[in-house]
Amino acid sequence: MSTTKKVTFTAVAVGIGLVALSACGSSDSGSGTSDSKSVTLVSHDSFNVSKDVLKAFEKRSGYKVNVLKDGDAGAAVNKAILSKDNPQGDVFFGVDNTLLSRALDNGLFQSYEAKGSEKIKPEFRVDQDKHRVTPVDSGDICVNYDKKYFEEKKLAPPKSFDDLAEPRYKDLLVTENAATSSPGLGFLLGTAAAYGDGGWEGYWKKLKANGVKVVDGWEQAYNEEFSGSAGGKKAKGDRPLVVSYASSPPVEVLYAKPQPKQAPTGVATGTCFRQVEYAGLLGNAKNEKGGKALLDFLAGKEFQEDMPLNMFVNPVREGTKLPELFTEHGVTVDKPETLAPKKIADNRESWIKSWTSLVLK
Amino acid sequence: MDLARTEVTEATGEKERPLKGRPLKGRSRGGAARLGLMAVPVAFFALFFAYPVTAIVSRGLHVDGAWRFGRITEVLGQSDIRHVLWFTTWQALASTALTLLVALPGAYVFARFDFPGKQVLRAVVTVPFVLPTVVVGTAFLALLGRGGLLDELWGVRLDTTVWAILLAHVFFNYAVVVRTVGGLWSQLDPRQEEAARMLGASRFRAWRTVTLPALGPAVAAAALMVFLFTFTSFGVVQILGGPAYSTLEVEIYRQTAQLLDLPTAAVLTIVQFAAVGLILAVHAWTVRRRESALKLVDASAVARRPRGAGQWTLLGLVMATVAVLILLPLGVLIQRSFDGPDGFGFAYYKELTSAEGGAFLVPPIEAVWNSLQYAVVATAIAVVIGGLAAAALTRRAGRLVRGFDALLMLPLGVSAVTVGFGFLITLDKPPLDLRSSWILVPLAQALVGVPFVVRTMLPVLRAVDGRLREAAAVLGASPLRAWREVDLPMVRRALLIAAGFAFAVSLGEFGATVFIARPDNPTLPVAVARLLGRAGDLNYGQAMALSTILMVVCAVSLLLLERIRTDRTTGEF
Repeated sequence: MSTTKKVTFTAVAVGIGLVALSACGSSDSGSGTSDSKSVTLVSHDSFNVSKDVLKAFEKRSGYKVNVLKDGDAGAAVNKAILSKDNPQGDVFFGVDNTLLSRALDNGLFQSYEAKGSEKIKPEFRVDQDKHRVTPVDSGDICVNYDKKYFEEKKLAPPKSFDDLAEPRYKDLLVTENAATSSPGLGFLLGTAAAYGDGGWEGYWKKLKANGVKVVDGWEQAYNEEFSGSAGGKKAKGDRPLVVSYASSPPVEVLYAKPQPKQAPTGVATGTCFRQVEYAGLLGNAKNEKGGKALLDFLAGKEFQEDMPLNMFVNPVREGTKLPELFTEHGVTVDKPETLAPKKIADNRESWIKSWTSLVLK
Repeated sequence: MDLARTEVTEATGEKERPLKGRPLKGRSRGGAARLGLMAVPVAFFALFFAYPVTAIVSRGLHVDGAWRFGRITEVLGQSDIRHVLWFTTWQALASTALTLLVALPGAYVFARFDFPGKQVLRAVVTVPFVLPTVVVGTAFLALLGRGGLLDELWGVRLDTTVWAILLAHVFFNYAVVVRTVGGLWSQLDPRQEEAARMLGASRFRAWRTVTLPALGPAVAAAALMVFLFTFTSFGVVQILGGPAYSTLEVEIYRQTAQLLDLPTAAVLTIVQFAAVGLILAVHAWTVRRRESALKLVDASAVARRPRGAGQWTLLGLVMATVAVLILLPLGVLIQRSFDGPDGFGFAYYKELTSAEGGAFLVPPIEAVWNSLQYAVVATAIAVVIGGLAAAALTRRAGRLVRGFDALLMLPLGVSAVTVGFGFLITLDKPPLDLRSSWILVPLAQALVGVPFVVRTMLPVLRAVDGRLREAAAVLGASPLRAWREVDLPMVRRALLIAAGFAFAVSLGEFGATVFIARPDNPTLPVAVARLLGRAGDLNYGQAMALSTILMVVCAVSLLLLERIRTDRTTGEF
């Protein structure tokens, strides 16, 4: 063998080795393959389920469940759309009402009516003629307040959108960039629902004049700027009002050691926008049967009861018992703002654009 | 990273090689051998870089069977896009200038002075370079934001200002200048400057006419690298700049991941690609520009204890800068990681071992183990690919090969989201159905590690005297044996250093990993980001504790590198 040949041979051998290594990797993982004994759920980073609940489903159905958490909610949906011809899994969970139209228009899902969907509260049902998605949970994006701050200042915490624009709450609110953060967008949509197409921009002008601060993401708003959260306290956050979730107060209790008797934060119930999350069977799912079983599971009693303490959202199934932590430290929002997915789809981009130039520039 | 050194040793190395005397046959055989060596790196980059990136870009511009190049002018015509371009450029220029201003004195001090703790400090100033931006952003926010040190002392807050971005960029890139410029500086023979002084030149004049020209290419190379890193800045701008500031890279992320506006993202990717290509071309030109063959000496013979008030003051000033700019932000993270719910202690660290938190399916501490495993595989890939590429580039390079050299650097300047989304839509069919495979993470990390391996190996390989190899061949050694007996002993340490640096970079890689890391196997940076994304004291504290662990692991691996740092022909890292 000449030098050249030897070198080339070595190089090619290494190359083949690498490819072989990669190939092993893919066969090891086994997810997303045509293996009918396993089913893959694609979701966003916030998806969670108790181990024993998932195990029980696996045992009952005979499928092994792979969970693929694929970034934040928006990115996960977009990735699913990009890869819809050859999807990463069988079921996608986590498209919410603000992105639902994008997913449906792009043909992400195929029809399947999950078993037990008749138990889902009617207000959450959409797409009833085609059944491409199944509602799984709902949550409310609301302004949270720092109880201690308002007690010390002897000031009543705000209750409504109108309140937030009052001079007595000047320079107190921090919210997220509506273009990049889902609670930020939810809050914008809440104001659009409350004040209508003609009025929301005027409202935001008032908010801006009243010193609303905008940061890029929820992490920063909640853990750095907000004075009521554990992270914010440590970071010496000085904004006692933040756009977060109605379920944030129970979380503050659960993840504190020792757990306080009372949540350190409260919710301004008149500032809420309702977010509903859906799941659906992916268009080109390789394991359709398993995917259907998985959807039944997501809509079923067991998962619905398990969900609140894992994802801090509310079940959508009628008669599902809420955990004590939720009933004790959480709030029920009676009249959240809502918008039809179609309305959101039609206006989303233009509202974000106007909002950006109005508030950020 | 050690680009200046590349240039210098190349210059000296070549003189030693009797190229003209080589028989023709040997040359063509060398050319073929080079092609053989290059085959694997080329295939690797074609498959895991060029193909995914091209695919995602053409998905944006190729609609309904026709190319839409009109989109390019359309997108570039938008005023907010032009604003992004303008901001990206000027903040990178400002960051580069500021970094040079702050770090050049540091480069001098680390090059010429000997002081206790120098090795440790050299490792520590390099830690930021391999830290993920989520961690750094958090540290800087704690420092420059409300309630931070500046706020408490003077009531000054810099978050959501461009100053926070600039300072964080200096923090990140300090080591680039110190290592690239300082590395060369430490080997310049001080006697040359002394000779000029003897001949009556003033201290400044001697420095300006002797040292500065010698350092020029190294300074230019470092500046260009800093410019490249700051031009493509993502996490720092996102976290510290607030929503009002956006670089090209941030905008590409927003358009791709949030808005799914692929055409706009594709146009921006092309623009960034062109800009990065230009920077790398200028960089390659700087590296090639040989002023003169420099006489290099052993660094340890040059460095000495500072003498006189002036030198001690300089040392003091540099130490103060390092303390404020680098140690302080790192310290804030450490402090917060110990500041548990019941006073100072290990509460958050203990919490890392429990799976109760719910952010993952596994206890967060397992992320450390995952990260180490991924980093080992990524390092292996980077060393094989980078080593082969460096070996191919060692031989006297034609234009084509020099282009290849620059090509290897491209992954440093292409947005991680583009690569990540590209992986998603391309590596999805057998035999390369890798999307849900664990190997994807090390592959993405290796893409970033390869440039560092090449940069480290190249100068050493080039410095190996070709005559030794020829002598071995004349004595009957096969090429493989000649390589084993001649080259390997000389490059072994460089190889270790290259591997160590690729390892540290892989540990800290965040941008691409976050797109592909699997939930049951999060890496350290991904785990930190996830924990920061949840409410509650314990999650926040655990994020700080994990960041601290990541920092310590990076620092330890860099410190080990300091130990095996070797003679003058070795690349810097």
